[in-house]
Amino acid sequence: MAEVLFFIAAIGAVAGAVGTVSLRNPFYAVLALVCHLLALAALFLLLRAEFVAAAQVVVYAGAVMVLYVFVVAYVGGVGEPLTGSTGASLRFASIVFALALFVELTIALVGTGLSALETEGANAPAGFGTPAEVGALFLTRFLVAFEIASLLLLIAAVGAVILARRRAGLGDARELSVGDVMRRPDVSAGPWQPGTMIEAAAPPRNRPPSSSPGSR
Amino acid sequence: MSLQTYGWLVLAFPLAGCVLIALTSRLALGRLHGVIGTLAIALSFAASIGAFSELRSLGAEERQVVAVGWDYAVAGGLDAQVAILLDPLSVLMMLVVSGVSMLIHLYSVAYMGGDHGYARFFAYLNFFVFSMLLLVEAANFLMLIVGWAFVGAASYFLISFWYRRKTATDAGIKAFVINVAGDVGLVLGAYFIFRGTGTLDFLRTFEEVGNAFTQNDADLVAGCCLLLVGAFAKSAQVPLHTWLPDAMEGPTPVSALIHAATMVTAGVYLIARMHPLFEHAPIAADVGAVIGCLTLLIAATIGLVVTDLKRVIAYSTMSQIGYMVMAVSSAAYAAGMFHLMTHAFFKALLFMAAGSVIAAMAGIQNLDRMSGFRRAMPFTFACMMIGGLALSGVPPFSGFFSKDEIIALLFAREDWHVVLGVLGYVGSLLTAIYTFRMIFRAFFGEANEEARELEHGHLYHAEHPTNPMTGEIEDTDVGFPGPEHHIAERELSMKLAMGALAVLAIVGGIVQVPHVTSWLHDFLEPAFHDSAFYEELEPSGTLTAIGLLIGAAISLAGIFVAWRLWGHAPQRAAAPQQRFAPLHRFLVNKWYFDEAIDLLFVRPGAWTGRFARTTFERLVVDGALVGGASGSVRLASAAVRRVQTGYLRYYAALLLMGITGLGAYFLISA
Amino acid sequence: MSLTWYLVASALIFCIGAGGVLVRRNPLVILLCIELMLNAANLALVAFSRAHGNMDGQMFALIVMVVAACEVAVGLGLIVALFRRRLPIDVDELRELSG
Repeated sequence: MAEVLFFIAAIGAVAGAVGTVSLRNPFYAVLALVCHLLALAALFLLLRAEFVAAAQVVVYAGAVMVLYVFVVAYVGGVGEPLTGSTGASLRFASIVFALALFVELTIALVGTGLSALETEGANAPAGFGTPAEVGALFLTRFLVAFEIASLLLLIAAVGAVILARRRAGLGDARELSVGDVMRRPDVSAGPWQPGTMIEAAAPPRNRPPSSSPGSR
Repeated sequence: MSLQTYGWLVLAFPLAGCVLIALTSRLALGRLHGVIGTLAIALSFAASIGAFSELRSLGAEERQVVAVGWDYAVAGGLDAQVAILLDPLSVLMMLVVSGVSMLIHLYSVAYMGGDHGYARFFAYLNFFVFSMLLLVEAANFLMLIVGWAFVGAASYFLISFWYRRKTATDAGIKAFVINVAGDVGLVLGAYFIFRGTGTLDFLRTFEEVGNAFTQNDADLVAGCCLLLVGAFAKSAQVPLHTWLPDAMEGPTPVSALIHAATMVTAGVYLIARMHPLFEHAPIAADVGAVIGCLTLLIAATIGLVVTDLKRVIAYSTMSQIGYMVMAVSSAAYAAGMFHLMTHAFFKALLFMAAGSVIAAMAGIQNLDRMSGFRRAMPFTFACMMIGGLALSGVPPFSGFFSKDEIIALLFAREDWHVVLGVLGYVGSLLTAIYTFRMIFRAFFGEANEEARELEHGHLYHAEHPTNPMTGEIEDTDVGFPGPEHHIAERELSMKLAMGALAVLAIVGGIVQVPHVTSWLHDFLEPAFHDSAFYEELEPSGTLTAIGLLIGAAISLAGIFVAWRLWGHAPQRAAAPQQRFAPLHRFLVNKWYFDEAIDLLFVRPGAWTGRFARTTFERLVVDGALVGGASGSVRLASAAVRRVQTGYLRYYAALLLMGITGLGAYFLISA
Repeated sequence: MSLTWYLVASALIFCIGAGGVLVRRNPLVILLCIELMLNAANLALVAFSRAHGNMDGQMFALIVMVVAACEVAVGLGLIVALFRRRLPIDVDELRELSG
């Protein structure tokens, strides 16, 4: 029974992975990843990691992928052109090397001396994988990791906000690149823009109001 | 004070004088600089006399004293110390050098008056005296080489003293380059000898030379011949002599001091000092004797035709040093040193008198334009005559005794050196001829314009100062001779100096009258106690008497010939000149030595330099080495630069390839 | 099932994700493929945790999930910023940060 479940879940995971990689429309790729995540949750359950499986579904598939969906909807799912400027040779080489890596890893795994991998695993104590166990460990042995993880989340949240904010007075943000500025000297970076949101809300007194065309 | 202290003081005073004058040279002290310089050398001379008396108070066995200053590099088989050797030979040289230098400084105090480089002149002159004394007091090869090099440098400074004259700077460079060639010979020779004996110190070398080398050992002969190269360059012997006539570009006191009395005698001193080495390598000694004889004759023949007053005296110097080299190479050491001493006296006197005449001519040195100064400049004329008679070897002047002793000793050796003796007499005849040619042309005959003016009490001044060799117009500012001309009749210091030298030239022969006195021979004996020839080489009574008679006769004959050609009626010289025109041209061109050296050394050297610059430097160094190195770096970096594409996927691919490679490596090695 | 199967599956998913990172040009999809690789690592961790009978692997996997979430947030923020400035959403065009 466990084997059947394993194979179903594994095939689902691999199929989802292949779909993520190969589907042209990024929206479909996100959906394929969600399938993959769910199959992976099933695999976790088979490995007696209940909390991790639940977290996978709730957090990963539920929150992170939803965020992905929103961004794909905003940015737009334009299909990418098939021919890349780096050419088919790079594509071919990457596939070959990925395959080579897989072969190496398989050889390493199959030929390993770790005897525990032959079995189904050691005897697990009761409460293995339960939320209670996870909670206890997080607050005792892995307290530092727990706290740092929360700090990391804070930083990421702040960072995401700053990166994606809209700067006031930008007007029609011109499509501009450093390369253009350097190659065509008549292209300038435009009048100086206030840098922070505070400054955008209330321009500094010693500076005349920015007179960029079409400012909002 | 002890002998060692005197020895160090002799060195210290000129050095202190040089430094003092140099430091105060910017202050306008006028003739005080000259007084300081003269005083420094006078103190040095006094210390030399002190050293002389101290030396005489020692027993005969102990008369070679080494005073070590400090260890310079004493390690690993090398014993380089700063040390001075005080023995009769070095004390004699000290006395001659400091004494004659003192008189020349006295002369220069007046002669160089008005020159804008007055202080610089005396600083250089003191430095020269210091270097020369260092050379003669050296106790080991290191100090000798240091003194040798300093003397060469001082000569360069002083020859190019009037540095805005191109002829002077060219002459200075020529002298320096030839001296450096000699320096190379000296250092290499010292190395060869050091390699055999294992010590740099002179006294130890002389003890060791018998053990370290066999008679006429190839290494020793090579070393001695290289030392001879150094000696010839410094003493202007053929073929390294071409710098001496050109060195007359320097002021007359410089010519008197350096190129007559002291520096050019350094080679003679070297051979005399190294006599144990030369006695163990007779081949090298014979080379020295032959070259000395050749130089003697070549210089005398050129002196017959040269028209520049100072250059006549320069070639005379070259010739007389040929005598000295010939003497000390033939083991007539005391005779050679005796002639060195007397030559210093009368040659310096001749130069001083020549300087006076040139001053009267307002800087012109051409003999063709001089005549009849006898009445206008009596004192100068008297000094010139005394010097000329001494040079020609007329008894009882000092030159007679010294030159004839050399020739007598050559005959006493009774092998092929007899030929050298005969050639010495020939040279003596030529010497008398050219000396009195110079005197008769300059002082006898009709008084020329400058002499007539001087007879009326007015010293001639040219409208525009000119270069005596090329005739181009100059000014009298720094780097050129000053506007004043000083003649002996009007300057007390010049008279004192010339007078002292004249007295010495007359009576100097008394130290070594054959079979009557032998003070010099006895004095120098401790320095030459290890010589095989010193005591035995003694001409017999009859031989000496015959030699003296022949010598006197030859000198008088030469004066008579000169009188007939130039004294009696000046135009009579033109006839032989026409008849022997090709020979005359050959002699006027100085036997074409300058041209030969130019062809053999200067042109190949210049060609090599050009080749190096255009071809070698351009192709090999810039092209292959520098260009190759930078070019290969550029190529390599261009190749590597292609990795930096900016494509994210490219970098990720590289990452993946790296991981795969690493995994493969670990798999395989496991 | 012996644990080797789980690990082989993890390796397979990892390599698929790696290949996807190299082959795709849309940065969104590249981020998705990175998620794939992280998930493959999670699977391996949990499998080893089961092998040892120890909870450490699972804790590690949870932290990895946190990190993945942060990374996604920031990465998507970057893509939004790119979109705002009308820059092409194509890693082959965004190559001025070379070196």
